[in-house]
Amino acid sequence: MIEPGLYHLLFISAALFFIGVYGFFTRRNLVTMLMSVELILNSVNLNFIAFNKYLWPNKLDGVFFTIFIIAIAAAEAAVAIAIIINLYRSHHSIDVENAEEMKF
Amino acid sequence: MSGSTVIFYLLAALTLVSGLLAVTTRMIFRAAIYLLFSLIGIAGLYFWMQYEFIAAVQIVVYVGGIVVLIIFSIFLTQQAGDELPKQKMGRQLFSALAAFCGLALVMLQLYKHDFIKTSSPAIEPTVANIGNQMLGVDKSGYALPFEVVSILLLAALIGCIVIALKSKPETK
Repeated sequence: MIEPGLYHLLFISAALFFIGVYGFFTRRNLVTMLMSVELILNSVNLNFIAFNKYLWPNKLDGVFFTIFIIAIAAAEAAVAIAIIINLYRSHHSIDVENAEEMKF
Repeated sequence: MSGSTVIFYLLAALTLVSGLLAVTTRMIFRAAIYLLFSLIGIAGLYFWMQYEFIAAVQIVVYVGGIVVLIIFSIFLTQQAGDELPKQKMGRQLFSALAAFCGLALVMLQLYKHDFIKTSSPAIEPTVANIGNQMLGVDKSGYALPFEVVSILLLAALIGCIVIALKSKPETK
């Protein structure tokens, strides 16, 4: 095993991003799709922190971007879950195939 | 091989394996728990990089907030013991292929590119440094985005209340 560095963290971040993309493509349930989006956002955060630590340790910009992304992700999750619960009230299902009135 | 290396590989394996299980398992409640472990693994990686403040924020906001919210919404919207319906084989195959090709492309580009490290002296990501720059109004301060995010959080708060309000029946 070699000493972990920037490329290892970038590999973890890229792998997590595409795991999230895979989940977003295959899942048809709104809550699990939201989970995939959270995985994607986390991979981006990890990328920002890795670049900040290994390439520009003289600045803190990556930290700020990560903090803002976490704040926006929290707001997004809250709004998304409010919409999902409202959809469940009117359709009794949170499957995306069953909620297609606005599709066309 | 030092202890730090071993811990890094353990955290990486925890993050990736539980992330993979979170998107492939058909029990929705288990998917939420695997997501929890994946997020804890990422917080561990932040600790490993010695960004303790970000790790703390990650645990408080994601593990303590978003995952709990997701588990509540699972309880409200489905029977927790039910399995999700099986997906079409073609869709799974195509998605896996697309994700794998994307990963291969990204990794290929990454290993071709060599990153240039800055030579300036490092500054510590302590809470004091982060706080001073976060609320600074000079050239590198982040006071304006901070205010914008606070407005966004207020808007999300009001939006959630409006969406979740039960509409009253029309009274004549």
